[in-house]
This record gives sequence, structure tokens and C-alpha cells, in this order.
Amino acid sequence: MSRRDERAGELGPVELLRWSWRQLTSMRTALLLLLLLAIAAVPGSFIPQRGVDARAVQAYYLDHPKLAPVFERLGLFSVFSSPWFSAVYLLLMVSLIGCIVPRMGVYARALRARPPRAPRRFSRLPASAEFATSASVAEVMAAGRAALGRARIDVVDDGDTGELRAEKGYLRELGNLVFHTCIVVALIGVAVGSLWGYRGNVIVIEGGGFSNTLSQYDEFTSGAMFDPDTDLEPWSLDLDDVLTRFYVEGEQRGAPKLFRATGSYRAGDGEEGRFSIEVNHPLSVGSEDVFLVGQGYAPVIRVTDARGEVVFERAVPFLPQDATYTSTGVVKVPDVDGDQLGFQGFFLPTAFSPGPDEPSISVFPGALNPRIGMNLWVGDLGLDDGVPKSVYSLDTSEMTQVEDGDGNFRVDLGPGESQALPTGGSIEFVELRQFARFQIGHTPVVWLPLAAVALGILGLTASLIVRPRRTWIRARRDGSRTVVEVAALDRVPRDDLPADLDAFLARLRDGLDEQGTPGEDEA
Amino acid sequence: MSTAQMDQLAQISNYLMGSAFVILSIAFMCHVAEWIAARRRTKVAAAVAAGAPQEVTTDHADEPPVADRFVGVAVSLSVLGTILLVGASITRGLATQRAPFGNMYEFGMTGTAIALVVYLVMVWRAKIQWLGGVVLAVCLFILGMSISSYTPAGPLVPALNTFWKYIHVGSIMIAAALFMVGAAASVLYLVKERAEARGQVSPVLDRFPSAARIDQVAFRVNAAGFPMWTFGALISGPIWAHLAWGRYWGWDPKEVWALITWVVYAGYLHARVTAGWKGRRAAWLALAGFVTFIISYYVINLFVSGQHSYA
Ligand code: HEM
Repeated sequence: MSRRDERAGELGPVELLRWSWRQLTSMRTALLLLLLLAIAAVPGSFIPQRGVDARAVQAYYLDHPKLAPVFERLGLFSVFSSPWFSAVYLLLMVSLIGCIVPRMGVYARALRARPPRAPRRFSRLPASAEFATSASVAEVMAAGRAALGRARIDVVDDGDTGELRAEKGYLRELGNLVFHTCIVVALIGVAVGSLWGYRGNVIVIEGGGFSNTLSQYDEFTSGAMFDPDTDLEPWSLDLDDVLTRFYVEGEQRGAPKLFRATGSYRAGDGEEGRFSIEVNHPLSVGSEDVFLVGQGYAPVIRVTDARGEVVFERAVPFLPQDATYTSTGVVKVPDVDGDQLGFQGFFLPTAFSPGPDEPSISVFPGALNPRIGMNLWVGDLGLDDGVPKSVYSLDTSEMTQVEDGDGNFRVDLGPGESQALPTGGSIEFVELRQFARFQIGHTPVVWLPLAAVALGILGLTASLIVRPRRTWIRARRDGSRTVVEVAALDRVPRDDLPADLDAFLARLRDGLDEQGTPGEDEA
Repeated sequence: MSTAQMDQLAQISNYLMGSAFVILSIAFMCHVAEWIAARRRTKVAAAVAAGAPQEVTTDHADEPPVADRFVGVAVSLSVLGTILLVGASITRGLATQRAPFGNMYEFGMTGTAIALVVYLVMVWRAKIQWLGGVVLAVCLFILGMSISSYTPAGPLVPALNTFWKYIHVGSIMIAAALFMVGAAASVLYLVKERAEARGQVSPVLDRFPSAARIDQVAFRVNAAGFPMWTFGALISGPIWAHLAWGRYWGWDPKEVWALITWVVYAGYLHARVTAGWKGRRAAWLALAGFVTFIISYYVINLFVSGQHSYA
């Protein structure tokens, strides 16, 4: 610790503030904050994050009922918006800005400054040399200028003695400043994008549609400055067809080959058109983008009551659980002869029974032999509690499972088949449709962080490649000869300086165009 | 190309990968032999010196020392192994009709091939064959991990299949190759620096350049890797994620670790100019950076689920 640091305790508030500022913007603090940021990010990759996978957080609550509330209080389920994570990166930002601004001032002055005078003794510098030539001082200076190429050069020449001062490599500090500034700009871009942006998720079934209002989304998150009631652009789409193709042979049998959703859309300004959305090929409507992020099956299910009247007929999305598209889903029928029915179970696109009495599994993601297998509950679906219930899960706490003879009643249907219910009435698998899961969102200035980082890389590269170097040539007339001394100093020390100096000497003497006595390298 | 031809090419790729692994292992053993020879030779010299001091100066003066011949063999074998590995990547690419980095197996194979090419170019340009033993050790380790996660040749899920994916993974791979060579140099630096500080440079360590020179090589390689990593992890990655998933950054575990790697290497570059952090501590940071890369490459893929887990 320097003496100034030790005395900090005795200083008045202004000095203390200044001292703290100096500490905060020091290189060492920047380094420690960087490491702290890296460490702070680690839990966010091992503990499920609400913003990334809300269902995984729920599962964590179930698996670790004691630990989860503690994690919750520490903000570990949303590390990247937690106060402590924000504190680290905000401090880093302040430190960064506090570092950049003064350095810009220093750089601006350095840009206007002339190269410094030569030190008195060249032998103290990391590389120096001396030789004699018959050329005049003025000729040496001119040859030096030519041999240096692009550098800022001052020459002081009074006929008998001359001094050439050169400095190059100003781009290094410029690159460094550009890079650090770009980090700030990129982060501002990210902040703006998330404050004024939104992202939502919706499942649309073939033959169905979507119009861009909050209530239609299955999941929706938006930044603090985004008002979903007024800021969502009015547009809508109708989904005609979901096309899926899987590999049917070879090692990768069952791997997805192509997903495509086609239909028509109508933008807020009245523009209409057809769309064909594929993975990696989103649809842009107005300022918003529609991405295809998933797909699955939605069997159309019809339930009739004891009198044969249809009480439920709808395509029900079953959510895929694995690569074979074994999918889970729920059918809620609120009124069948006064009862509430809940079906819960699986959809298998290509059902295959490994043996008698063994449960079927799905062996291929394409719908080659689609079957639905579900159990049935009766009781209270909990629809009137006022608590919003997910359409994809069945709360059976107020329900009883329906039995049938020797075990639980099981629905087992292929397309076109129907089955009588023990409660009266019947259930039918009318036909199979597919659904598309769209991610819809708008991120303002999405280009800004990218452009900033791209520019930042240019700056960074410049600052890593460019070497700032000072070179001095001193020439003195001695009888009929001129004694020439040359020295160089790197602002960032490197080991190839002596070799570079040799090359420079060779160029210089080439320029003088004569064979003088060999130089004595004093380096 | 027919499926049969593609399967055949995939088979050839597997053979090439296997032979590359064997050849590179032998090359590594040559480096080990180099160190053993260096130690033995000084022992002999010391014995000679103890018995007959006048003979010390004549010690194998006109024939190249055994250790150097081992290095020569090691470098030749490394060239051969690298050619085989490059061949394995190319045939794999032909067999799958896409760039060969669709899963961890291919990533390890192609990444190591690039790393070895980078290393051999540096042997050619900057005479860094002294780094060979350590580079090969790391390469064999990564190849071993890839083989342990072998995936049969096949096409990709559509989300992975785009121009930006190639740009993204390509730049990440080049950066990782540079970080790998840099990490090898940092390990050597730590060992050599410690020996120099104690004044006990063993004959084996004496075969390596000075700690200061090793440090310089480490810095240059890591510094070259950093902009590449920035481009791969923070530009092309987000662009691809935006096209495939509708968001450019989602705090997916793999993204988090890519950022951590970036931040740690930025810390390394800062440490190099911070008094008290130069040298040893900076070298440790470079190694920490490489460890974070291994975590994001291997651990995250295997043990944490996220959108990047290929399996
Ligand atoms: C997000 C935070 C930061 C990142 C990612 C970062 C990254 C880097 C990198 C990669 C370099 C080396 C390349 C170059 O020379 O241009 C560097 C150099 C530098 N950084 Fe930072 N930096 C950060 C924050 C800061 C802060 C807060 C300060 C101020 C205390 C600072 C001051 C410097 C200085 C002075 C150099 C030049 C060192 C030299 O002369 O070689 N940086 N930074």
C-alpha cells in the first residue's frame, strides 16, 4: 500500500470520496470486479433460472422443499437480475466509465503532443546502436525520416548536430478506448432492448389462429418500460399447416429433418400475405418477429354425454416430452351430466407394444400409429377457484380416479375410434392435427449490442497488434565523418526490439547508400 | 452420394481418427523420451565430470544430442497425426454432408485438428517445439474425451443447421485451439518460473526457453484467442441464437459459461498490466480461463440441460 492509501483515514470527506473514486477506477479493482462477475455468474448455470426455464424451478421446489425457499431469498433462481449480480456489474460499469473518461483526456493531449526529446545516454535504453558515415547530418536526418515510414517525426538540425524524434503506434490506445467504450455501448443496448422489449410464447393448432393481444399468449415476459396493453402491435395469423419431416433410416432415424409452419397473416397496417416459417427463418410482421420454436400433436377429442349430445369437441395439444414425441396432455370437460371430468395421459405418435401386458411406447416421432392413452378423474377441476390453472396439468386433489372392473379405467384410442365411459357417454379420437409453438417478440435496438461488440473487436485487435514505439536518431559531425546514434524504446516491452532495430539500421544505411564502417551494436 | 457410400466414409473417418490417436500418443511418448534422455545425459556428463574432469568438454559435441533427435521424431509424428486427424474431420464432414462439428465428438476431433495445425504453424514460424509435450498431452486428453462421447455420423437437428452455426462454431474452435496452446505454455511457464526462482533448473527444464520467453508466447497466443472468442461467443453465437430461438441471449448454461470464459480471459489481459498480478498470478488466470472453457465444452453438455446440449 502506498503512503497515500494509509493516510486515507485521516482525510476529510472530499478527499475520502476522491480516494474511493481512485480506488474504484484503478486497474486492480477492474480486475477484481471482472473476476467477481465471473464467480457471481456461476450459480446461474447450475441452479434452474426462472427466466430460462420456469418449469425447472417448480420441479426444484418439489425436489428440494427445504433448500428452495433459501435459494429464493438469495435470488438464486434469478441470478442475472438479482441485486448482488447487478451490484457487481454496475460497479464494473462505473469503474469502466471512470476509467475511460480520464484516459480519453490523456489521449487527446497525447495526440497533440510532439515526440519527446532523446534521452542523454542511449546505452541505457533497451536497444541502441552507433555507426559512422560520410553523409552529412542533414542527409542522415532525411534518410532516417524515410526509413521510419509512418510515424510522427520531429527533426532538430543545426548543421553540425541533429536529433530526430519519432513516435508511432497511437492507434493502440485509440483501439483500447474504442474497445472499452464499445462494452459500455453494448450493455446500454442490451439494457434498452430488455427494458422496452417483450417476448411471448404461444401454441397454435392447425386450422386455428392467433391475434397479438396479451390474453392470447401462453407465456409472456416484458421489460419494465413495455406496456402490453398499448404497445403490442395489432396483427394476426391463421395457421394452415405444420409440416414435419424426420429421418426414417440410418443411424439418425427419428432425427428431425424439417419443420415448417405455413398460413396467412394480416399486419396492423392492413398488409396481408402468406407465410412459411421454418427454424432459422422467422416471419417479420411490423417490428415484431415470429419464430417457430417447437411443434407437436393435437388430437381432436370429442366427448358426448349419456344422451349422446356433444359436450366437448376440441383439438387438445399434447406437449412432447422426448425425442420420440411421447407427449403428455390433459382434457378438461367441465360439464357432463353434472359431473366434471378430467382426462390425463399420453399421446404416442408411433405406438409400439414391446410385449403383451407391457405399456406401449413411442418408437418414432412421426405419426405412423398414433394412439392416446389416458386415465379418468371425476370431481372438482378447480376451475372456479379464481386461481388461474394451467391447461396442461390436472389438479387431482379434489378429484377421484375412475375405476373399471379390476383396475383404473383406461382410455386407449386410435384415430376414428371411440370408447364408452363408465360415467356414461363416450370419448372419441376424431382426428389428428399438429400444433406449432411460436415465439413472438420484439427487441428494440437489437443491432446495437452486436454492432458495438463488432466495432469493439476491431478496436481490441488494433490495441493488441499495434506497438507504440519511440525511436531517436542523433547525428554529430566529427571531422569528415558523421557519427550516428540510434535508439528505440517500446512502450509495451517486447523481446524482438533488438532485431527490429537491426532491420531499421539496415534500412537507414541503405538509405544513406554507402558502406560505412560496421556499426557497433551497444544493445 | 448413396447411404452406403456415406457409411463407408464415416467408417474411414473412424479409422483415421483411431490411427491419429495412436500416432499422436507415440509422438507424445517421444517427448517424454526426450525429457528422460535429457536427464540421463546430464547424469552421464556429471559422472564423467566427477571421474575425469578433462573430458567434460568433449561430451557428444559433434553429434546431435539424443534428446534433440527425439524431438525431431516427435514433430514428424505430430505432422503425420495431424494430417490423419484433418483427414478424419474431412471424411466425417463428407459422410454427414455438413461441417464436422455437429456434436461433441466432432467438435473435439475438428477442434484438436485445428489446435495441432496452429501449433505446427508456430513450430514452423517460431520454433516452439519445446511446447510439444504439453500440447500433445492436452490434445490427447481432449481427443480421449471426444471418443468417450462418440456419436455415429448423421445429420443435424434443423435448429443447428445454418450458415451462422458454421461461423459460430468455427470461430469458437479456432479460439479454443489458441487458448489450448496458450494454456500449455502457461503451465510450462509456471513450472519453469518456479524452478528459476529457486535457482534449481533441472536438465529437463533446461531444454525449455527462459520463463520470460515462455510467458511471452503464452501471452501472444492467448491474446490472439481473445478477439476470436469474442467474435464466436458474443457476436456470431447471439446472431445464430436469435435466428434459431428468437432471442440473442437467454442465459442458457452454455451461454453463461462462454461469458465466464470471456470475462476470465479479459481479467488475464488486465492482470498482465497490473502491478502485483503480472507473471504467476496472470498465468493462473489464463489456466482458470481454459478450465472455464473445458467446463462449458464438456461438463455443461453432459450434466446440465439447456438448449445447447446436443444429445
Ligand atoms: C467489462 C469490463 C472490461 C473488459 C471486458 C475489459 C477488457 C480489456 C481487455 C481485453 C484489454 C486488453 C486489450 C487492450 O489492451 O485493449 C483491456 C485493457 C485495458 N483495460 Fe480493460 N476491460 C474492462 C474494464 C476495464 C476497467 C473498469 C478499466 C479501468 C480501471 C480498464 C482499464 C484497462 C486498461 C488501462 C487497459 C490497457 C492496458 C494496457 O496498457 O495494455 N478496463 N481491457
